Amino acid sequence: MNASRSIIFSLVAVGILVCLPLIGVAAGMTSFFGVIVPYLAVALFFIGVVARVVRWARSPVPFRIPTTCGQQKSFNWIKPDKLDNPWDNKGVVLRMILEVLLFRSLFRNSRMEFYEGPKIRYASAKWLWLGAIVFHYSFLVVLLRHLRFFSEPVSSLVHLLEGVDGFLEVGAPRLYISGLALLAGVAFLFLRRVTIPQLKYISLPSDYFPLFLIFAIAATGVLMRYIYKVDIVSVKELTMGLATFHPVVPEGIGSLFYIHLFLVSVLFAYFPFSKLVHMAGVFLSPTRNLPNNSRMVRHINPWNYPVKVHTYEEYEDEFREKMIEAGLPVEKKE
Amino acid sequence: MAQVPKADELAKVSHRPPETPWTETPVEFRPGTFCYGAKPKNLEVVGLPNPREWNPADEDWKLPDNWKDITLNGMKDRLDKFRSFKLFMDICVRCGACADKCHYYIGSGDPKNMPVLRAELIRSVYRKYFTGSGKIFSKYAGARALTERVLKEWFYYYYQCTECRRCSVFCPYGIDTAEVTMMARELLNELGCGIDWIAGPVANCYMNGNHLGIQPHAFKDMIEFFVDEIEEVTGVRVEPTFNRKGAEVLFITPSGDVFADPGTYTLMGYMMLFHEIGLDYTWSTYASEGGNFGLFTSHEMMKRLNAKMYAEAKRLGVKWILGGECGHMWRVINQYMDTMNGPADFLEVPKSPITGTVFENAKSTKMVHIAEFTADLIRHGKIKLDPSRNDNKIVTFHDSCNTSRAMGIFEEPRYILKHVCNHFYDMPEGTIREKTFCCGSGSGLNTDEYMEMRMRGGLPRANAVRYVHEKHGVNMLACICAIDRAVLPPLMNYWVPGVDVTGLHELVGNALVMTGEKKRTTDLRYEPLPGMEDEEDDDV
Ligand code: HEM
Ligand code: SF4
Ligand code: SF4
Repeated sequence: MNASRSIIFSLVAVGILVCLPLIGVAAGMTSFFGVIVPYLAVALFFIGVVARVVRWARSPVPFRIPTTCGQQKSFNWIKPDKLDNPWDNKGVVLRMILEVLLFRSLFRNSRMEFYEGPKIRYASAKWLWLGAIVFHYSFLVVLLRHLRFFSEPVSSLVHLLEGVDGFLEVGAPRLYISGLALLAGVAFLFLRRVTIPQLKYISLPSDYFPLFLIFAIAATGVLMRYIYKVDIVSVKELTMGLATFHPVVPEGIGSLFYIHLFLVSVLFAYFPFSKLVHMAGVFLSPTRNLPNNSRMVRHINPWNYPVKVHTYEEYEDEFREKMIEAGLPVEKKE
Repeated sequence: MAQVPKADELAKVSHRPPETPWTETPVEFRPGTFCYGAKPKNLEVVGLPNPREWNPADEDWKLPDNWKDITLNGMKDRLDKFRSFKLFMDICVRCGACADKCHYYIGSGDPKNMPVLRAELIRSVYRKYFTGSGKIFSKYAGARALTERVLKEWFYYYYQCTECRRCSVFCPYGIDTAEVTMMARELLNELGCGIDWIAGPVANCYMNGNHLGIQPHAFKDMIEFFVDEIEEVTGVRVEPTFNRKGAEVLFITPSGDVFADPGTYTLMGYMMLFHEIGLDYTWSTYASEGGNFGLFTSHEMMKRLNAKMYAEAKRLGVKWILGGECGHMWRVINQYMDTMNGPADFLEVPKSPITGTVFENAKSTKMVHIAEFTADLIRHGKIKLDPSRNDNKIVTFHDSCNTSRAMGIFEEPRYILKHVCNHFYDMPEGTIREKTFCCGSGSGLNTDEYMEMRMRGGLPRANAVRYVHEKHGVNMLACICAIDRAVLPPLMNYWVPGVDVTGLHELVGNALVMTGEKKRTTDLRYEPLPGMEDEEDDDV
C-alpha cells in the first residue's frame, strides 16, 4: 500500500472513531460511552498486555545473544564496559534502565550522507531521539496528571506535577506544557514519517493510525481545557464513579468529553494488539537484557537436543590408511 | 559469472525509494547480486531436505508440494522456541533508526536492504498467519500471504544480509535483524533453498573436518610447508604436532589460514609464537576448522559442526582450547558453544603456562581467544618484540562484526598492534568497534558470483579505510578474521588500491624476536624489512 493510501485509511479510521460517540451521545447512549466502553477498554488493555507478555515469556531464550557495544571483561588491566557489555546482572539492570528511561540506543543514532566520489559521512542525528523523548515524557506527564480525576483527595504528587507542568503560570486555566509538547511530539513524528522518503516507504497504516489517534486525543483534551470548556465537576463525578466501581453518568457533560474518552478507550484497547506493546517488549529483548558472560557461566537451553555428528571414529575409519602413511597417530592400527 | 561494473559506476547509488510500494516491487535475480543455489550432493552429505539441481534465477524452484505448510510449521516451531524471534516480530515501531545503518543498504540503495524492511519481509507473513489483526485486516495491518514470490524475495534478501548485527546496536529495542535472517535461512534450508557457498563448506567440514575438505595427510603437509617457509625467513625450525594426545592445549583456527594468502602468513605467526614460548600444543586434523558455516545454515547445523571441538579436546585429553583469529567462529564460541555442546567439565579452567594468568572470562567454555592469549604474554613481558620490523606498514584495524557485536574484543588486538608496529591509526569513530562496518562478504557470502554485492556491501568499510589511507598514508589493514583476510584484499583493490590486508599474528610474527634466529632480512611475505632493501638485492 502506498503512503497516501495508508495515511487516508488511518485518517478515515480516526474520523469514524470521532463520529461514533458524537452520534451515540446524541442518541442518548451516554452510559455506553461513559461507562461500558471505558471498562471494556481497560479490561482489554490489562488482559491483552498480560497475555502478550505471557506469550513472549512462554518462548524460552535458548541462547545468550546480547549485542555487545563495548569492551568485554577479560583482564584486570583492560577496562571493561560495564554498561554496553555487561557481564553481570547489575550491569544489565543499569543498561536496561538507561534504555527504557533515556532511549540510549536511539541516542547513538547517526545519519548517513552519501556524496559523489563516493564519500560517505555519518552525521550526528539526535532529532529522532529528542522527538521520542519529548513525545513519551509528555505522554507520561499527561497520563499522570489525569490521576486527579481518579482520586479524592488528589495526591500531593499530582499537585506537584501540575505545579511543575504549569510553571509558566500563563492563562486561565493555567497552561500546561505537557499537552502542547505531546501535540508537538506527535506532529514531529508524523512529519518525520512523511518527509523522509525512506521512512515514508516503510510506514504502514498501523504507523499512522496511533499517531493520528494520539493527536486527536491530545487535541480534544486541549480543546476541552482551554476553549470549549466542559462541566468539570460532572466529569469528575463520572470518573470517580468509574474509579470506585460505582459508575454514575451525570447529565450535561459536553460531547467533546465523550469523544475524548472514547478515543482514549480505543487507544487502551488497541495497545496490546499493536506495535505499541513495544513498551512491554523492550524489557524482554534478549539482545539487551542478558549479560555477555556465556564463556564464564554456562547458559542452559531448555530444548537442547542431541544431534547427529560425524564422530572421530567414523573419520578415522575413512582415512586410517592415509593417516598412518602420513605418520599421524591413530586409535586403531588396522 | 557477471562482470563487476567499474568502481565509479558502482559508486552511483541512489537512496531514493522507487515509486512502487515494496510489497508490489518484485525481486529481480540479476547476476552478481545473488549466490548459486545449494547443490544436491552437498545437501545429501548432511541430510538436508529437497536435494535437487536448481537455479535461483529459474522460474521453477522445484519446491516440495507442501512447501507452504513446511514453512508455516517451521515458523511456528521457531516462534515457540526463540523468544528473540517472536519478540522481534511484534515490537518494531518502524522508527527507521536502523535503516541507513546496513552496509548493503548504503552500498546498494535497495530499500529492502534497510534492516527494518528486511525484517518486514517475514514479519508481514507472520502477521498474516500468526496474529489476529493480520488475519482480520490483512494488508491494512501490514500482512501478506506467503507465495512463491515472497519466498524468492526471502532468498534474495536474507542472503543479502551478512548477519553483522550493526542494525541491532542502533535499534531502541535491540531488534537484531541478523537473528531474523538466521530464522529465515533455517526456513529456506527446510525447502532445500540454501546457497552452495554455504552448503559446500558445511558438507566438507562435516565429513573431512574443514571447509575445503582437506584430508588429514594433506592438512599435515600444508602446515609443514609453512614450517619450511618459517625456517627460510627466520632460520628457526618450528615443530608442530598433530592429533597428539596429552598436549596441554588444542589449537583450532579457521582452515582458511592454512590454504590461502594472506591468512597463511598469520598461520606462520601463530606457529612462530607457540614455538618461541614453548607452548605444549597440538593441531587436530579432525577438528581442523575453526569456522562454522552451520551458523549460516541453522542452529542445528551449527551444533553438529561445533561438536567436534569439545569431542576432540576430550579425546586428546588436553587441558583447554586456544582459538585462532576468526570472526564468526568466535560468535559461535562466545554465544553458543557451551550451551550447545557443553558442559566442558573434562577440561580445566584455561591458564597460561607462560604467565600463569588464569582466564577467568573463559572459565566455563575453556576456550581462549588468541588475541587474549598474546596480549597477556606481551603484558607480562614474555616475548621480545621489534616493532620496527613493521615500520614500512602503516596500519589500521578492522573490527570484525562478530567479535565486536557478539563478544566485544576491542582492546586486546589494539594492545597487541601497538606493541608490534609503530604506526597504527584507527579509522573514524562510527566505523569501528561496536559500530564497525562489515567486510561485505560475511555469513557465507564470500563467493565470486556475488562480487557486485560484495563490493557494494564493502563500500562503507572501504570508505573508512580510504579516509585513513589519505590522511595518514595507511597501507595495511589488519584484522582478526579469516573471511576478512580472504575478502578484504579484493575489496581494497576495488575501492582503495594500495592497501594490503594482514592478520594480527602476521604482524606479531614479523616483530617477534626468536631465540636462535638468523639475521632477518624479509618479513613473512619475503618482502624486505625496512632498511634491508639493499641486502635483499645482494642475496638475489
Ligand atoms: C518504556 C519504554 C519505551 C521505549 C524505549 C519507547 C521507545 C519508542 C521509540 C524509540 C519510538 C520511535 C519513535 C517513532 O516512531 O519515530 C516509539 C514510538 C512510539 N511509542 Fe514508545 N517507547 C516506550 C514506551 C511507550 C509507551 C508507554 C507508550 C504509550 C502509549 C508508547 C507509545 C508510542 C507510540 C504511540 C509510538 C509511535 C510513534 C510513531 O509511530 O511514530 N511508547 N517508542
Ligand atoms: S530501529 Fe528497531 S524499531 Fe526502529 S525500525 Fe529498526 S528494527 Fe524497527
Ligand atoms: S545484520 Fe547487518 S547485514 Fe543484516 S540487516 Fe542488519 S546491518 Fe544489514
